Amino acid sequence: MSLVESLQDTLRDAAATGTPLSIHAGGSKSFYGRPVAGTGFSVAEYTGIIDYSPTELVISARAGTPLSELESALAKENQMLPFEPPHFGPGATLGGTIACGFSGPRRPYAGAARDFVLGITCLNGRGERLRFGGQVMKNVAGYDLSRTLTGSLGTLAVLLDISLKVLPRPETEVTLCHEVSAEQALQQLNTWASQPLPLSGGCYNDGQLRVRLSGFEQGVQAAARQLGGEELADADGFWQDLREQRLGFFQDERPLWRVSVPPAAAELALEAGELIDWGGAQRWLKTSLPTQTLRDAAVRAGGHATCYRGGNREDVFHPLDPALQALHQRLKASFDPAGILNPGRMYSGI
Amino acid sequence: MSDTTIIDLLRERLPRECVLSEAEDLRPYECDGLSAYRRLPMVVVIPQTLEQVQTTLKLCAQNGVAVVARGAGTGLSGGALPLSDGVLLSMARFNRILGIDTANRTARVQPGVTNLSISKAAAPHGLYYAPDPSSQIACSIGGNVAENAGGVHCLKYGLTVHNIQQLEVLTIDGEHLTIGSQALDSPGYDLLALMTGSEGLLGVITEITVKLLPLPETAQVVLAAFASVEAAGAAVTATIANGIIPAGLELLDNPAIRAVEQFVHAGYPEDAAAILLCELDGTAADVAAQIERVDQVFRAAGATELRVSRDEQERQRFWAGRKAAFPAMGRLSPDYYCMDGTIPRRHLSRVLAEIERMSTEYGLPICNVFHAGDGNLHPLILYDANRPGELERTEELGGKILELCVAVGGTITGEHGVGLEKINQMCVQFDTGELTQLHAVKAAFDPQGLLNPGKAIPTLHRCAEFGAMHVHHGQLPHPELERF
Repeated sequence: MSLVESLQDTLRDAAATGTPLSIHAGGSKSFYGRPVAGTGFSVAEYTGIIDYSPTELVISARAGTPLSELESALAKENQMLPFEPPHFGPGATLGGTIACGFSGPRRPYAGAARDFVLGITCLNGRGERLRFGGQVMKNVAGYDLSRTLTGSLGTLAVLLDISLKVLPRPETEVTLCHEVSAEQALQQLNTWASQPLPLSGGCYNDGQLRVRLSGFEQGVQAAARQLGGEELADADGFWQDLREQRLGFFQDERPLWRVSVPPAAAELALEAGELIDWGGAQRWLKTSLPTQTLRDAAVRAGGHATCYRGGNREDVFHPLDPALQALHQRLKASFDPAGILNPGRMYSGI
Repeated sequence: MSDTTIIDLLRERLPRECVLSEAEDLRPYECDGLSAYRRLPMVVVIPQTLEQVQTTLKLCAQNGVAVVARGAGTGLSGGALPLSDGVLLSMARFNRILGIDTANRTARVQPGVTNLSISKAAAPHGLYYAPDPSSQIACSIGGNVAENAGGVHCLKYGLTVHNIQQLEVLTIDGEHLTIGSQALDSPGYDLLALMTGSEGLLGVITEITVKLLPLPETAQVVLAAFASVEAAGAAVTATIANGIIPAGLELLDNPAIRAVEQFVHAGYPEDAAAILLCELDGTAADVAAQIERVDQVFRAAGATELRVSRDEQERQRFWAGRKAAFPAMGRLSPDYYCMDGTIPRRHLSRVLAEIERMSTEYGLPICNVFHAGDGNLHPLILYDANRPGELERTEELGGKILELCVAVGGTITGEHGVGLEKINQMCVQFDTGELTQLHAVKAAFDPQGLLNPGKAIPTLHRCAEFGAMHVHHGQLPHPELERF
């Protein structure tokens, strides 16, 4: 029996007996979302790059493939995952990355994880093997379920094979630093984003605005002259530490909140440390403030708040309005009628 | 219930001018951009307010009447083909740009706004809306979302799904949903992706927040001629292998070049087997660097002629030919049928050769004008609908081409949608389990199946009937189904 067939068998048995399953591979993102009381269901053994032809700009790999393996295969061909996903540990796999839908600092300029997903083969809660999307850049046959599965935290299906669009690595990158206030930083980031500049990162922390430019040598140098500021020496180290939450800001016992807002939204100005990423669209907060305070502030700013690490793990994601909540339940049931796939990881009842 | 009753109910609840039921008033709605399929709707509703859309949907849901939503009617797959016992819901009067947020670089628009008018309204702020389907002067943004429309520039800037942030949607029950957000993401499932390209089967879009991008400082086009289509295809691959993602990369084969030249005199070399139009955009320094690179790559790939647009006027002239390609075909042939498959680029030569062989076999000429960078083919089959049986043979040839795309690992539609046109080929691309899952997703939104029924996702019975005619390698698709 093949590995996939045995996974299918386990799913069918679990569906028949109503046994909840907790899907995992490397466990690097087990801190994220609500806790799941379920039998462990591992896809860690389901590994390997299936197809990679650099000139197609497409890589297909199995869910358990280590993210680092994927990234080194791409690096050999001078290509990359443009959404710059965080690993959060050596065990990070492709499946977990896509199931969580995490994107790094390049996100506002290059796109999110879901923007680069071309196709997914998965197992639904009935143990059926289904393929949506494909390995081509443009595909509008059927609903876009491969993007819908991205970020669904394993609550709809078990991801098996994933095809991603990849891009050439930029020829050159420069990071520039400016000492400014948070207000000035937000204004500057959004002004620059309105201009045709090769931006690929924008972060403000500890009084320092750091802006990354990527592209061809001449274009980047011309843009760097226009932006001014001091060039950051270990720029790659900085953006990696930001992405992996290793900067000093994150070394703090208090819960970590992620607030997603329109990029030009003013500083949230709560009694909390605030790190601005994604050119203003992602705010990291270290705070013990009550959940409701953070949710209210996020809504006022036009966004939503997630309790990313620590805090009350029962109440992680921003509540949905009742009509959307009901739709989520119906969608969940359409994939997983027995409710066995990561039940409750996203919301209670989903 | 009888037909007159729903019309009466609609007339009772909506202003007189919003409900059309006389045959001559229905005629303009009998087809969309795929005019081979025509059918008169039972009634047309053209609401002016959100409440009127809601009222229409609720009445339809309560009375079990199907609804086909329509934007500008420029779609190419019959997605807006009406139902003779259904309501055709035209969103044409939702044609206002509600606001442009320059700080956050977004525009809030109603679904009936045309694609191009968004970019025009954003231009004074140095911004634009990137997806540019060839029908952009006429097509509506609501229809773009329903079809996940692409265009020439999606190689670099993505499809509609990559360029929208929020949708206001009404369900068939008239319930209001806000999908996505004003931020870059939203909690829960990615319903924004699910709605985009759902061809009017899941909900009716009433408002859209689109992303705006800064207008590039400059753009230039490289026009390169090649002695064979294979050499042009290889040049496309080499461009990407060299780390260049052009803003657009289009291929025209010789029949297309000649048709275009006779029509608009864009200055294309008529003796070339194929030409590539490669647009580079960005800052002046960046574009100069890219052009140098592309020039080297195209020369190495055997380009027989290379021209770089010297000014905006020349750039426009290079594009004029590409943009006039379809009308130019219209002059060559009484009718043409535009296909829309996508393939992995590495199979380009093989697929084009096979298409040429099929063209000979069917005795129907085919021109190729397409988005080479994305591997998105648009073979144009030239035919004459007045010759008995020629439309049917054209459709059969078209179907074969799409099945070929699937066989090499591609898809039956890159950007035009399935609609009614490609519904049979959906049975080739998806198996029973997948189709069942797609129907289950539909039911989560629309349990009665009233929104655009019969489009986009075929029933299993339809596939069983279609499969009976298309036996591959001696094996019936969907063998578990009864045959009728």
